[in-house]
Amino acid sequence: MAINEETVKQVAKLAKLEIGEEDILTFTKEMDSIIEMVEQLEGLDTEGIEGTYHGLNEHNVWREDKAENGTDREDLFKNVKTHKDGYIEVPAMFDNGGSEA
Amino acid sequence: MNLEPVIGLEVHVELKTESKMFSPSPAHFGAEPNTNTNVIDWGHPGVLPVVNKQAIEYGMKAALALNCKIATHTKFDRKNYFYPDNPKAYQISQFDQPIGYDGWIEIEVNGEKKKIRIERVHLEEDAGKNMHGEDGSSYVDLNRQGTPLIEIVSEADMRSPEEAYAYLETLKQLIQFTEVSDVKMQEGSMRCDANISLRPFGQEEFGTKAELKNLNSFTYVRKGLDFEISRQEKILNAGGALDQETRRYDESTGGTILMRTKEGSSDYRYFPEPDIPNLVISDEWIDSVRASLPEMPKERQARYVKEFNLPEYDAVVLTATVEMSNFFQGTVDNGADPKQASNWLMGEVSAYLNSEQVELLDTALTPESLAEMINLIADGTISSKIAKKVFKELVTNGSTDVKALVEEKDWVQLSDPSKLLPIITDTLDKNEQSIEDYKNGKDRALGFLVGQVMKQTRGQANPGMVNKLLKQELDKR
Repeated sequence: MAINEETVKQVAKLAKLEIGEEDILTFTKEMDSIIEMVEQLEGLDTEGIEGTYHGLNEHNVWREDKAENGTDREDLFKNVKTHKDGYIEVPAMFDNGGSEA
Repeated sequence: MNLEPVIGLEVHVELKTESKMFSPSPAHFGAEPNTNTNVIDWGHPGVLPVVNKQAIEYGMKAALALNCKIATHTKFDRKNYFYPDNPKAYQISQFDQPIGYDGWIEIEVNGEKKKIRIERVHLEEDAGKNMHGEDGSSYVDLNRQGTPLIEIVSEADMRSPEEAYAYLETLKQLIQFTEVSDVKMQEGSMRCDANISLRPFGQEEFGTKAELKNLNSFTYVRKGLDFEISRQEKILNAGGALDQETRRYDESTGGTILMRTKEGSSDYRYFPEPDIPNLVISDEWIDSVRASLPEMPKERQARYVKEFNLPEYDAVVLTATVEMSNFFQGTVDNGADPKQASNWLMGEVSAYLNSEQVELLDTALTPESLAEMINLIADGTISSKIAKKVFKELVTNGSTDVKALVEEKDWVQLSDPSKLLPIITDTLDKNEQSIEDYKNGKDRALGFLVGQVMKQTRGQANPGMVNKLLKQELDKR
């Protein structure tokens, strides 16, 4: 078994998903079978084959540095639960490092 | 136990582009909240982020200035985390193929030079800004979300808070010279996290580290590291063990506060960004960016000493910022004597910038006007005393014709003997005692008489000429 119940709980936690105890076993089996399927690749002989870093073969797709006006704030706020004075209002966050940028 | 600090720094620098890293919304400060942002920044379904080519080039430029190698194959990855300042729930960053790697910069502490290695320079996007209200809510402005950033990760090569401070100063200076960023800590265009651990001297292996956040100035970096060294020392010397922690610097106490331990640390689940194809960077492109690098501070210093005969001290001060250095060069290019240009920039100009708390480029002074003023002093048109008045005028109101300005203001120095002689004669007539004193060998009398003439001419007389004429006239009496 590549995936155990602890891994499922950890993945759910990271994805902020609530999973009922009764579902954990099901997910464990499903995720394990996915990993098992992917693991078949390891059996292939890849000697002399160049590595793939990306699913797309294209490269250097970019734009010039030209600014365009942002999307109308009122339109963006249609997907916001609450806002105030132009700011998005969210439940209070304690600054626990938060922004990772 | 004698313990050695081991310090590494992670520095984020915002790039000065017009538009964002992956979207065309404006990357400017100061706009109304949530107006410089679009559906791509918000990660709406179906949107496609497209790389800003200028940001790649700026990143390369910074990396080259830090003596990095440039990756010919590079790509973007998603770093996953949930926080309201980033509605996509992931940051587009670079994980295993950073644009720049294996660099170094040279720092100097107490006259000792040291190379600090740079592990990597990678491109990523900034997050939005949170404001914490007192009403049980927080408020989010996403204008900053998506602004291009580079993250510069040093090796753990620093051994004291002073070295960390010197590293930050040098890094800031080098990036500033490339002009890809404003690199201002107070405005958030430069930010720093610090990793610090202790180990017994002579031990190869690193100790357990703490990561320090919220270091909003170079001084806080130094203070935070100082605090952390004594905190960790106390625990280790008492035979205790450290936990791997993330700690927050508290400006009010100068101490650090626990934010989270390793158990609670984030798991970012990086994977290649599927929306953005890989980048292949040609040698030609790298060469052209390298060629576009300006002359860096060290090279400028050497040239100022060699070409302009400036003292090394002057050369170092003049190259502290790119603005000052370019201004100096411009003043010299406009015909000013280099040492005089240096004296003015290090003296009056710097004093003015300090007292008014303004930046050089925000004043009305130009290299052209400063050079013209210096030449007017050199050819005797104005006295160095009057020059202070001229300078005040140039720095506050500016002028494109300094000669016309001093004529209009009646600031031209009085050097003409035919105009000075009547004043001198008059002064001598009124100061018989001083003449006697002078004849009796009291040198101070001459100084007094020069002062009187200067007073009569409201400081406009050429002191050298006054001196000469006075002696001549005194000898006649």
